[in-house]
Amino acid sequence: MATGSDIGRGRGMTDTTSRPIDTSAAQGAISADLPRNPPQPALGLHRELSKVWANDRGLWGQITAVNHTTLGLRFMATAFVFFAIGGILSMLIRAQLATPQGAFLDTELYNQIFTMHGSIMMFLFAIPMLEGLGIWLLPKLLGTRDMAFPRLTALGYWCYLFGGLIMLTALLFGVAPHDGWFMYTPLSSAQHSPGINADVWLLGVTFVEISAIAAAVEITVTILRQRAPGMKLTEMPLFAWYMLGTSAMMLVGFPPLIAGSVLLELERAFDWPFFDPARGGDPLLWQHLFWLFGHPEVYIIFLPAAGAMSMIIPVMCRTTILGYGAIVAAVLGLVFLSFGLWVHHMFTVGIPHMALAFFSAASVLVAVPTAVQVFAWIGTMWKGHPQLHLPMYHILGFFLTFVMGGLTGVMLAIVPFNWQAHDTAFVTAHLHYVLIGGFVFPMMAAASYWMPLISGKQRVKGLGEAAFWVILLGFHGTFFIMHLTGLLGMPRRIDVYPDNPEWIWLNLTSSIFSFVLTIGFAMFALDMILQLLLGKRERRDPWSAPTLQWAMPLPTPSYNFASLPTARHLARDADSVILQLARGEGALAGAPRDRRELLVTSVGAAKPDHVAILPGNTALPLLLSASIGIFVLLMLAGLYGLAGAALAPVSILIWYWARGMTPQGDLRPVEIAPDLVLPVSHRATQSLGQTGLIAFLVANGTLFASLLFGLAFLSVVTPGPTPPPAEANTPATLFGIAVLSLSSVLATLISRRFSQQAAFAGALFNLVGLAAIVLLALTQMDNPTIHARDALRAAMAGYLALHLLTAAGMAAFTYVQFARSEINPTTGGAFPAWRAWQSYTVAVTLIALVVLIGQEVG
Amino acid sequence: MRKRCIIVAAALLLTGCDGNLSTLTPAGPVASEIALLWWIMLAGSGAITILMIVLVSLSLGRPRATSVRFWTHGMGLAFSMVILTSLLAVGLWIGERILPRDDGAVAVQAHAWQWGWTFTHEGPDGVPVETDDMIHIPAVEPVDVLITSEDVIHAFWVPQLAGKMDAIPGRTNRARLQADEPGQYEGLCAEFCGIGHARMRFSVQAHATWPPDLTSDGAEE
Repeated sequence: MATGSDIGRGRGMTDTTSRPIDTSAAQGAISADLPRNPPQPALGLHRELSKVWANDRGLWGQITAVNHTTLGLRFMATAFVFFAIGGILSMLIRAQLATPQGAFLDTELYNQIFTMHGSIMMFLFAIPMLEGLGIWLLPKLLGTRDMAFPRLTALGYWCYLFGGLIMLTALLFGVAPHDGWFMYTPLSSAQHSPGINADVWLLGVTFVEISAIAAAVEITVTILRQRAPGMKLTEMPLFAWYMLGTSAMMLVGFPPLIAGSVLLELERAFDWPFFDPARGGDPLLWQHLFWLFGHPEVYIIFLPAAGAMSMIIPVMCRTTILGYGAIVAAVLGLVFLSFGLWVHHMFTVGIPHMALAFFSAASVLVAVPTAVQVFAWIGTMWKGHPQLHLPMYHILGFFLTFVMGGLTGVMLAIVPFNWQAHDTAFVTAHLHYVLIGGFVFPMMAAASYWMPLISGKQRVKGLGEAAFWVILLGFHGTFFIMHLTGLLGMPRRIDVYPDNPEWIWLNLTSSIFSFVLTIGFAMFALDMILQLLLGKRERRDPWSAPTLQWAMPLPTPSYNFASLPTARHLARDADSVILQLARGEGALAGAPRDRRELLVTSVGAAKPDHVAILPGNTALPLLLSASIGIFVLLMLAGLYGLAGAALAPVSILIWYWARGMTPQGDLRPVEIAPDLVLPVSHRATQSLGQTGLIAFLVANGTLFASLLFGLAFLSVVTPGPTPPPAEANTPATLFGIAVLSLSSVLATLISRRFSQQAAFAGALFNLVGLAAIVLLALTQMDNPTIHARDALRAAMAGYLALHLLTAAGMAAFTYVQFARSEINPTTGGAFPAWRAWQSYTVAVTLIALVVLIGQEVG
Repeated sequence: MRKRCIIVAAALLLTGCDGNLSTLTPAGPVASEIALLWWIMLAGSGAITILMIVLVSLSLGRPRATSVRFWTHGMGLAFSMVILTSLLAVGLWIGERILPRDDGAVAVQAHAWQWGWTFTHEGPDGVPVETDDMIHIPAVEPVDVLITSEDVIHAFWVPQLAGKMDAIPGRTNRARLQADEPGQYEGLCAEFCGIGHARMRFSVQAHATWPPDLTSDGAEE
């Protein structure tokens, strides 16, 4: 049989490898398909599309690139470089711990190194890697030409790169964060961590997280609105379900971290005592906000990897996935449950046992959907005929490692055991089993599976298998024994252990095997590089897979599909549809209007809705992220006045960015297939931009909810001193509040009317509201440095002021569009966006005021 | 590789999971209950790991007819739920048993600071006695340690006697421990607290008579 042979070449008629996967069940929708476009010469289409979609030439082309293939690969390559750097740091840690009195690093440097190892692996490797995989793969898998917001992809990349470089530079200069990757305060407060180390983490990570929010927004929109016509939500490839779950979690999971980081930075910079117990703050508020992000984060990392597995396993086993519906249900269950168990990182902070019991149960329960997936994969392997190609090796490595990591995870969810194992090497071992087992092994499977699509080449035989065995040996040699080290009492984050000779051989063993592990990863990297440089040309669709990303030439063209796949091209052996699509028989063939176009479909049934016109290459994302970078650097330098001024160029660039979306050029409807004419995005009822804004407002609402959570937590749970009585002048305050609420309500009412005057009045009302809140803050609100409650109120006022200012800006922007006659009742321009933002603004304003008044009265 | 690890680990276990910070050589009922929980969970996890290896190995042959519901509902839902709920019940039961309760147990204060510990107990004449880096407790009977912090978050941990509990500025946390016999035990700070974290150790002296009569150097008379 074909077991072990390279699938790309061993393709005889009797070979099970080449047997097409039977997907007949999924082909019922063809009758309702779009009409077929007439075939055209494929080469002509290729030239026409390349002219429109390709990057500019040379280095400038890299600066202006917005294409998802370029940026997805760049995300993944950059993440791999950070993985190597984080790996080198871990070697330093293991070298220090190899002996009990390691004199290799001094304690300060050691603290910086383990903090940076964790921070790099989480924020600069794992998250960007999965974002890169999603950005690179999703459009190809869903049958479209790019992500929904190409400029946002590029902006995210540059923010990631600059934020990462800031953190690395700090490490080079010896001022890297040194408080551990979860930055517990008061250790990370200005008093106990003077110097910029902690600021580097707070500002650097928040800068990087712009890319996470950007990726989450566009991944959500791309999956919901850009699937090939006829690819129903309930039938889309599982990777898309997993990424949809991931992006939903990112939209809700990252805002608490961003809120926490902003508050801690405000405390460090301006002495607003959110977390200071002497002034009514609470260090536990940081822990709640951090782990509200931190635990979903684990599933944010795991889900895309599991999604890749759900794609690769059926193909490797020449079958279809077992239990599609159960897996989708499991993903949704994980998304929901993962937000209910953050407290299991805080079992030792003194929370009552009955409350712990709830979080313990939730933490245990989350293993159920995970088990459903794992058993569905094993069932798929039973049903099919597993072929031991390289991706399958890594999948077997995943099963062994991840199952063990999951079991130790269940152990840690049991409260009494957690009290012993918490903060010991046992947890270090567990989290590496979960993250390397649940993310790195699947990513290596994904790399060996999808590499032909990237390089267009075959791999060099042998090296990949060798790398796998060395990694497996090195990994388990390092971490299996570390469970015992922890149970024998070794805590995390210590650099010497002179009094504990019983830990020596354990640590020495871990250290030796960790170097084996590193050699394995180096071999893996070498395998990738050799494939890029020396590999023989690979044939199209080398795995005979039934998904769309293989229905294109290798390596992939900049536009993905010369014509877009429709229902008749789905769930077919990819090889059989490549030619039809290349000849333009799908929808929206070529680029006859000389601009980047793709098809937008409805959320559920993927019915064609309109044609989106995408922006071309531009350096604007680089400029915008660089200007944000200047703001971050000025904050780091403590030049807060200048930092405030640096927001001016940021706002101007955002204005220009928005101007790029103004309706212009040919806005006539487009014929995407014979007799099927669709409007362009500027005249669509629900454009990609509007869906994206909704996704962004979900994240924004979570940020606001995090602030409300802070207010409630400080007033209900925190034991500290009660705040001093408010010094406000009641009539003046009530008047200010009345002006604020009235003006924001009026702005919202007027935004229902579509006219130039409405835009003008809307801007005005928002500015009046803004003036009211600024005056209230300056004259009526209590000094925010005295008590945490007043600090949170000030932060809330700042949040509202920012939203009123943005709403005023959007109304003004709409006014300009009216003045230039760019918008009219059929072409709304920025008007719907302003309206949505205005509604959100009035909602948060009124909620904040009700809460505030309730606090004062109650 | 895993096999070799298991053999090496087993060899070590035979020679005793020794060390005065080992959770596997408990010296009191609280730590013993948790150690028992660990051995139960280890046995269960070992069995599940072997089951999974067998299931995956069996899949590597020819295709075979198999039921979807067996895998998703049978194994994924039912099998995992049965194991997890029973484990959860055991965990909660043990957690309840070892919890501090209001039964008039002796209370001792532990105050953490960067980087050291100050402990306070009631002396024979009713006057509080303060000791640095050595906590005095009665043996055999349960003790509640009231844990506070001067500056940053630390954690109080005596692995042979009980699980750990954080010392958080602005709060007082209570941990229950109990030593079966008089003697000296070792403790440490488990929560990372800055430069001096690795050296933030302390000792526990469990006394047969309470309150103990201490000489000026802190040793028992």
